[in-house]
Amino acid sequence: MSAAIELHVNGRALRVALGTSVAAALYLAGDGTSRTALDGKRRAPFCGMGVCQECRVSINGQRRLACQTVCADGMQVETQP
Amino acid sequence: MTREFDLLIIGAGPAGMAAAVAASSSGQRIALLDDNPATGGQIWRADIHAPAPNPAQTLRAQLAAAPNIELFTGTRVIAQTGAQQLLLENALHSWQVNYGQLIFCTGAREILLPFPGWTLPGVTGAGALQALIKGGVPVRGERVVIAGSGPLLLASAASAKAAGAQVVAIAEQAPVLSIAAFAAQLRRWPSKLRQAMQLADWRFQMSSHVLEALGHDRVEAVRIRQGNRVREITCTRLACGFGLRANTELASALGCEVNEQAIVVDAQQRTSRTGHFAAGECTGIGGNELARVEGAIAGYAAAGLLDQAQALTAQRQHWQGFADQLQRCFALGPALKHLPQADTVLCRCEDVPYGAVAGFDDWRQAKLHTRCGMGACQGRVCGSAAEFLLGWPAPGLRAPFVPARVESLLPSAAQPAVE
Repeated sequence: MSAAIELHVNGRALRVALGTSVAAALYLAGDGTSRTALDGKRRAPFCGMGVCQECRVSINGQRRLACQTVCADGMQVETQP
Repeated sequence: MTREFDLLIIGAGPAGMAAAVAASSSGQRIALLDDNPATGGQIWRADIHAPAPNPAQTLRAQLAAAPNIELFTGTRVIAQTGAQQLLLENALHSWQVNYGQLIFCTGAREILLPFPGWTLPGVTGAGALQALIKGGVPVRGERVVIAGSGPLLLASAASAKAAGAQVVAIAEQAPVLSIAAFAAQLRRWPSKLRQAMQLADWRFQMSSHVLEALGHDRVEAVRIRQGNRVREITCTRLACGFGLRANTELASALGCEVNEQAIVVDAQQRTSRTGHFAAGECTGIGGNELARVEGAIAGYAAAGLLDQAQALTAQRQHWQGFADQLQRCFALGPALKHLPQADTVLCRCEDVPYGAVAGFDDWRQAKLHTRCGMGACQGRVCGSAAEFLLGWPAPGLRAPFVPARVESLLPSAAQPAVE
């Protein structure tokens, strides 16, 4: 596996293979979770195909879906605290 | 900015790709758009572990070779801003598109039913797990349980095993007799029979369904009922999907008739609205072969090439037969209606428990009182669940059809969105 892409997830530098989704980067960089629900518990990517919105994160300051975004060089990903 | 196209195709899975290729010989200006980062839909989603299958590669080469097809990936339909005008958005821009004709190839999504523990990290849909693995989510060495219903369970199990996971159980809710009837018919579609034999797995158990996911910060075990027996299985992932549901909402919002969870089409894939066609899973679940044939018929019909469209009728009938078998054999059993407890979250966006919703007469009343279906997914998950659990018709969409940036909505502010 060629580690071709470098990005940051919650400030942590991470190298991933070309074609890796941001949803995968969440797992590779941490516990895989993306947001905190109203009840205070963590949630993670769920439907995997852009429907449920559980994987919404901030990518370069914009709200995007981790499961429908491919990692790119220099990307800054922030999960919801 | 406004762009003009003769033909707009929404969804670049098997149906949309086939539709664009079929229509391209007419020389029309064609736009093919999809919210995913690449063509292929869910079935041919980019896989970091493997190259695309042959039919996907062929269609991609044909798309690339057609100078009159413009591809817009990572692009969503936000609103209708005119009779034949839509507002689109990608990660950077928003713009309007005027179209002459339109083909909906909006595919399907998994039916995700609530059960205690389904919001724990590590619990996903079944197709979802496959999609996440293809995107590079690591599962090597993990203990995976797959549950729900339909052929996707075995496909998901195969992906998990290929990526190094240990699949410890596969629970199919359909009874043995239904599955046996399905298997007995498979020789009519030899490619499907081969596929089934490749995917066969001794862990596959029928009349079996999930009861509860257990865990603290993430899933640690699952309780599965098989017949009268309940088993607790330790696992690190639970992938649970209950079949597919056509994505009919956009077509419905644009005025096309929808019946029994499918966009209504005629023999040439025309919807009830003039100049609007639909093809593939959004017209009824049938698999990628049927989707490709329907896509080609819609593409030819939209281009006025009716003889070519007509020539595909027998092929469509052949694959429709397979779709009918699927529908019959994997019908969801009534026991699944008791999956959620009163305190089980139904609406994952707004954290609304099932018990708060179930007492109302319909979705609208429940929504007004509890905010169910009013979060980011606009009821695409809980509305479909309520369709099955409570028999309520699915809620319609209002613009913006998906979460959008405020800047994207500004240009259309002068024209109120159609409800």
